[in-house]
Amino acid sequence: MEYQAKELFAKHGVPVTLGTVIERPEDAPKAAEDLGGKVVVKAQVKTGGRGKAGGVKLATDPADAEAKAGEILGMDIKGHTVRRVLLAPAAEIADEYYFSFLVDRSNRNYLCIASVEGGVEIEVTAEENPDAVAKVSIDPEAGLDDAKVDEIVTATRFPDDVAEQAKDVIRRLYEVFIEEDASLVEVNPLVKLGDGSLEALDGKVTLDANADFRHEDHAKFEFKEEADPLEAAAKEKGLNYVKLDGSVGIIGNGAGLVMSTLDVVAYAGEKYGDVKPANFLDIGGGASAQVMADGLEIIVGDSQVKSVFVNVFGGITACDEVANGIVQALELLGDQTDKPLVVRLDGNNVAEGRRILDEADHPLVELAETMDGGADRAAEVAAQVAKA
Amino acid sequence: MSIFLTENSKVVVQGMTGSEGMKHTRRMLAAGTNIVGGVNPKKAGQNVDVDGKDVAVYGSVADAMSETGADVSVVFVPPAFTKAAVIEAVDAGMPLVVVITEGIPVHDTAEFFAYAQKHGNTRIIGPNCPGLISPGKSNAGIIPADITKAGNVGLVSKSGTLTYQMMYELRDFGFTTCVGIGGDPIIGTTHIDCLQAFQDDPDTDAIVMIGEIGGDAEERAAAYIEDNVTKPVVGYVAGFTAPEGKTMGHAGAIVSGSSGTAQAKKEALEAVGVKVGKTPSETAQLMKDILAKS
Repeated sequence: MEYQAKELFAKHGVPVTLGTVIERPEDAPKAAEDLGGKVVVKAQVKTGGRGKAGGVKLATDPADAEAKAGEILGMDIKGHTVRRVLLAPAAEIADEYYFSFLVDRSNRNYLCIASVEGGVEIEVTAEENPDAVAKVSIDPEAGLDDAKVDEIVTATRFPDDVAEQAKDVIRRLYEVFIEEDASLVEVNPLVKLGDGSLEALDGKVTLDANADFRHEDHAKFEFKEEADPLEAAAKEKGLNYVKLDGSVGIIGNGAGLVMSTLDVVAYAGEKYGDVKPANFLDIGGGASAQVMADGLEIIVGDSQVKSVFVNVFGGITACDEVANGIVQALELLGDQTDKPLVVRLDGNNVAEGRRILDEADHPLVELAETMDGGADRAAEVAAQVAKA
Repeated sequence: MSIFLTENSKVVVQGMTGSEGMKHTRRMLAAGTNIVGGVNPKKAGQNVDVDGKDVAVYGSVADAMSETGADVSVVFVPPAFTKAAVIEAVDAGMPLVVVITEGIPVHDTAEFFAYAQKHGNTRIIGPNCPGLISPGKSNAGIIPADITKAGNVGLVSKSGTLTYQMMYELRDFGFTTCVGIGGDPIIGTTHIDCLQAFQDDPDTDAIVMIGEIGGDAEERAAAYIEDNVTKPVVGYVAGFTAPEGKTMGHAGAIVSGSSGTAQAKKEALEAVGVKVGKTPSETAQLMKDILAKS
């Protein structure tokens, strides 16, 4: 979110006005007063297009700040509820620029994108006026040296009166990008104020979760209440889960196979009145009984779920362990679930896995021969349960 | 023939003495891989008994190479130490480095990839990948060796379990080499590298390529196929139902705005004549039809 990005900017000396974050309208007048009276009230959500959605408003005085904060707090912007607003002094803007550093997947290096036409989405500028967008590649090993900084400033065509300041801001933003392990650092707009100085007026930083182990301080940027409650519960248990909107709960092993399972269920579900998958859940390599139970518990906790499809290809994972996991998970859950399970097992130790499930003969469990067949059956069952 | 990995490959394992490294060294040996040593500076000079085979531990990749003639390294070291391990292998002149480790910061991968490009001729596969197998010849990584046999299909995939699934679907036909290139935003070996190698491999008759949401690797592969690949290619793309802005398990599997969608990838492949299956089984069937005709 903007105010978090600004905290990181401030930490590395990027010129920025932090402002004040509030969660209740009644805190607005004092905050506005301290900031000089006339403020901008900005919704703090993890999505773009806040201005267009009415999430950014100018308040003329402290009383107005309370009114505007009241209007914005609680708003829904692209599915995100506004729980915080940032109050920032209204700035006198002379010019607006765009600036970012990001990881360039295609070229497997870093990329700087900059433009002297800021304040609008860079995709729009790139479409309407591609000449105004400068792109400069950076070698991750060599990093950002003085020549590279000059190259960026020249390519962007920053006006002479801000060029020297821009160089300093660029170096500091690169420091944010590298030292905070960000995959994206974006400033939009980077503004020239009335007095000629540069300031990061709004920004976005995407941090690499894989680097959390060397950034203990990044934990504070996460807000549990922002996440879906099922996603939060899954995260507590160390499960890789994404909530979706459908009615077939999915459990599988390996990210690719699980993604594929969602697609195959949606594809099969077309003929049962558009039945769709309810979630992504990857139980990973070692599917112990406990992991299976944890996964099932999350999925049956989703009231939209009508049936569950367990799709496992035993590579390193042994199917007999998965089968035992399912049996024990159902024992652990007991009355907590009445949702039918379609299970497809293949690969390592599949015969033993199927034997275990056959022998357990659990009333909720049905075995499928193939992935496509299992997906079809799970979608069909979900449609039947929904009708009943 | 096969690509990247042959019956003559001599493999060392960086991080062999850790639990994952040990487990998979055992499996690779059982699959017939010629494991010539492990690397761990703290245990240099020791020998490790792996199911009755004595495997020497060397203090550095350079030592392991000069003592054994190793030409492949499989890396199991934890994420925080992977960058240093790969750079060590590059400095030693290792021709092929297979990085199995998951959870490496993307800046570290960007750095070691850039380093490898400039300081030597090392091919990196991965990170966050299952490695590669040339069935009946050698296995470098964690792909189960008993799913299928040697044959004439080449397979390249971003996903581990979809690799296994496809190997299983086409188990009666067999493969020259199956390469799991990994699901991270930056990877050392791309679809295109594998397509090129399969095109040049006289024993590979047809190619299966598996992609997933995120980035534009599949679109680039499609352009490459159009200009350079004469062998039949069938494709599969996972993630049609993935919502925008959510990471689906793999760090690189994310649809950003309108880019990186499965639909766009499918269309790009179909536009150059690659048949794309709706499910893994349907994809396998497309390949079976091609093999039946040839």
